[in-house]
Amino acid sequence: MSHYQPDPTKSVTLTIDGISVTVPEGTSILEAAKQIGINIPILCHHPDLRVRANCRICIVTAKGQRKFKTACSTEVWSGAEILTNSTAIRDARKTVLELILAEHPQECLQCIRNGSCELQKLAKDFGIQEIPFTPSPLVGELPIDDAHPAIVRNPNKCVKCGRCVEVCQEIQTVRAINTAHRSQHYEISTAFEKNLAETPCVSCGQCVAVCPVGALYEHDDTAKVWAALDNHDLHVVVQTAPAVRVALGEEFGMDSGNIFTGKMVAGLRRLGFAKVFDTDFSADVTIMEEGHELLERINNNGPLPLITSCCPGWVNFAEKLYPELLPHVSSCKSPQQMFGALAKTYYAQTSGISPEKIFVVSIMPCTAKKYECARPEMNDSGYQDVDVVLTTRELAKMLKQANINFNSLPEESFDEPLGISTGAAVIFGTSGGVMEAALRTVYEVVTEKPLGKLDFDNVRGLTGIKEATVDLDGTTVKVAIANGLGNARILLEKIKSGQADYQFVEIMACPGGCIGGGGQPHGTTTVTKQGRMSAMYQADKNSALRQSHKNPAIISLYKDFLAQPLGHKSHKLLHTQYKTIK
Amino acid sequence: MALTKQLISKNCGKIKPESIDGYIQSGGYEGLKKALTMQPKEIIAEVKAAKLLGRGGAAYPVGAKWEHLLEIPHSPKFIVCNADEGEPGTFKDKILLSQDPLRVIEGMTIAAHVFGSHDAYIYIRGEYLAIQKVFQQAIDNAIAEGYLGNRILGTDFTFNIHITSGAGAYVCGENSALLNSIEGKPGYPRIKPPHLAEVGLFSMPTLVNNVESFATIPTIVLDGGNQYANYGTADSGGTKLICLSGLVVNQGVYEIPFGITLRDIIYNPEIGGGIANGKKLKFFHLGGQSGPCGIPEQLDTPYCYAALRSAGLSVGSGAVVILDESVCVVDYLKGVTEFFIHESCGKCTPCREGNQKVYAILCKLSDGTATTQDFKLLKRLITTMTAASFCGLGQSATIALATCLKHFSAEIEDHLHKKCPAGVCFQEQERAAI
Repeated sequence: MSHYQPDPTKSVTLTIDGISVTVPEGTSILEAAKQIGINIPILCHHPDLRVRANCRICIVTAKGQRKFKTACSTEVWSGAEILTNSTAIRDARKTVLELILAEHPQECLQCIRNGSCELQKLAKDFGIQEIPFTPSPLVGELPIDDAHPAIVRNPNKCVKCGRCVEVCQEIQTVRAINTAHRSQHYEISTAFEKNLAETPCVSCGQCVAVCPVGALYEHDDTAKVWAALDNHDLHVVVQTAPAVRVALGEEFGMDSGNIFTGKMVAGLRRLGFAKVFDTDFSADVTIMEEGHELLERINNNGPLPLITSCCPGWVNFAEKLYPELLPHVSSCKSPQQMFGALAKTYYAQTSGISPEKIFVVSIMPCTAKKYECARPEMNDSGYQDVDVVLTTRELAKMLKQANINFNSLPEESFDEPLGISTGAAVIFGTSGGVMEAALRTVYEVVTEKPLGKLDFDNVRGLTGIKEATVDLDGTTVKVAIANGLGNARILLEKIKSGQADYQFVEIMACPGGCIGGGGQPHGTTTVTKQGRMSAMYQADKNSALRQSHKNPAIISLYKDFLAQPLGHKSHKLLHTQYKTIK
Repeated sequence: MALTKQLISKNCGKIKPESIDGYIQSGGYEGLKKALTMQPKEIIAEVKAAKLLGRGGAAYPVGAKWEHLLEIPHSPKFIVCNADEGEPGTFKDKILLSQDPLRVIEGMTIAAHVFGSHDAYIYIRGEYLAIQKVFQQAIDNAIAEGYLGNRILGTDFTFNIHITSGAGAYVCGENSALLNSIEGKPGYPRIKPPHLAEVGLFSMPTLVNNVESFATIPTIVLDGGNQYANYGTADSGGTKLICLSGLVVNQGVYEIPFGITLRDIIYNPEIGGGIANGKKLKFFHLGGQSGPCGIPEQLDTPYCYAALRSAGLSVGSGAVVILDESVCVVDYLKGVTEFFIHESCGKCTPCREGNQKVYAILCKLSDGTATTQDFKLLKRLITTMTAASFCGLGQSATIALATCLKHFSAEIEDHLHKKCPAGVCFQEQERAAI
């Protein structure tokens, strides 16, 4: 085995700033330094992405070598003597930073990333007070691309780190953005420099999630929500996606791994929403509809596998890049859209409020949901089913603007009836969750026997592709789960070529599922996602009810309004059709 | 005694380039015939004895490179010839490719025999379009005569050469960027390690050598490494093709043995023949835009790797550009830096941004608005770009600047006071003042 294939079972001992450290072979200097409390500055590096070594801010020196090495890209070697801090290193890093800052608009106070910008933090850490280099005349003059319904590109702010390209090309394989031109014209661009809206972009927002600065961000829709809340003719209700409650606290300095449901509900109530409802309610509805759709397809010879449709990033991917597989995609609307349709019909009817006065706001971990709610066909209630979508980040901004001390909020409960839900719905927010929730219900519908163990451990976790075989009292069901569109592509190719014989497939566009959504707090890494995921399974475990069909609000909904899953009313309100998008 | 030698340039201009007959008549393919009777390790021993240093510019020992690749167990191994001759003032590969392509092909074929390779790529720069046709004809003729293709010279050895080309980016002359370009990817350099010998073209072990390096191989195999080495100096084996250009009487490509002096190169009537138009030498720029500048006081330095390095100079690609007293150093460096601004791939910060900032300061010097603060900034930029850039392009972009700051500090400082000793800068301002 030659040395370019590191053997992590071997260990390497080296010194960094005179401190001895032993790490597995293949570890980068950056990671090795972190283990002994040395945080080498980074900008282009992201722990979940392939190393690029573009920005050159993480330079270190090695004894006996003349040139700097980038800590992110250099693997440790035995006996190395690394220096991460010297006058020469600090000077060169500062020069690199000043070169980046010279081409960056100096308008931090007006920037969407003010306070969460990685470049701003570096400037602060380096004590930058003036920039000695003259900026190029192009700075601030490049046009902003805001034609996309969810995502805005401001190339003026771009530091050319390439993280967004890496995630769009390699992780998501959407390939909407890439690098273009060279030298001073080098930029992150789309094919033929079209607007993002005219590219294969699926709105997943992973580019926004990894952007260290304010070059990629979601459309800010908070003003629309403030205006609705100020309008006393409107009855403004809000729904919250499952993944928001395990991440919102991070915007207020709390660690991932905690559940913030009660505080989130209290905060939303203080913002002035008439009713604080839960997308988990409609997630339970989704299980009823999609579970029955699966059974119907199994009994009527397909088309199988049935592929979930909760994730709008994935639906966009299917419509744009896999139209031949659209017959496999569940006709169920996403839980967000089911909620909107039910809010303006069922809830309007039971509460006696005219649907035209009901204004539905969604809090989503997602940028693609902004695109989804604006789809012209999403108006089966007779009105636009969901009026505005805000990301987790936007909700945090509203709470801050409303002077709400989130950390000291009391724990409050969702309103009834659209706030009643089960543990099965909570886990929708993590990869494998929809699958597990569906299996918990489908098993009991098929076998008419109680399911002993509710936990389906083999569909859980952050692994990109998971497969499992489930025994439904004699009938085996083969299932697969993919998170991240690159992984989805692998699975879809297997389905297309007939190499796979799954009956049910769950696809989530974002790595990890909604916990890693494009609308989640910045700074998300695999470690944060793991925290959010365990919080989510804890919330499920804590739930009194953990199967969607046992939700009393769902039972009432079908008894009083929908009649039966896949019934006439369901088809009108809760199901949709897909089209090829070229 | 003649100063120049004709080892690898002996056919240039004397035979029909693509003709097998002409090449054979001048002793061609004897190296390959001999190589086919030798073991790979024996051939590598000759290359090592030849003290052949890579002729593309980086001067990496070819024998050591070959030895490393031979030890790597994976296959297939690819042979790649870097013919992306983009270094300004360098046109020696052009001569070999267009006037004696079969010598390059023979050298590549010997390398393929050493590594058991079946495929090679020659990356000929897009600007050499006409040469690509000549080279392809030479390949076709070699195949027709059994020197290339299936069962070479009746043996079991099968080997093909494919011509590829880029779109004219200088950075594609950097070996890893060149491989990316062959693979159809953008020409950005790769993170190293892994070395290209381990993870090269299409992720396979790969040998990348320059045109001139390959062209020496038949001679080395035929005459023996020691014989070849003896033409040069203790550290620099053999001969080098140098490219004389600029304000010199005899511009052109010359094959010289290592060890003659820079003075010989520039002034001897057999080579440079002195400065054009009877002017005085001001400085010379060695190895291309990425190389150092030297001054008349250094003319007695022998032209070989070790002596030039000790003098703060280098062989590089073999370019020797002559500049006379009418040239302003600041003005000249602006031109050098413009080249790097044009050719930076843009991937890394120091090279993408640094070259632009260097140029801005040089412009301030030439229009009289620079300050001593700018001088300090220039030095910081040089340090950062040299040590922190991603690839050789950025790392060497300020070498000319750094050497000129050393040799011509007085002239450059004069520009702070709006004085240009060569009378090049401030002309418009002076006219405006009148």
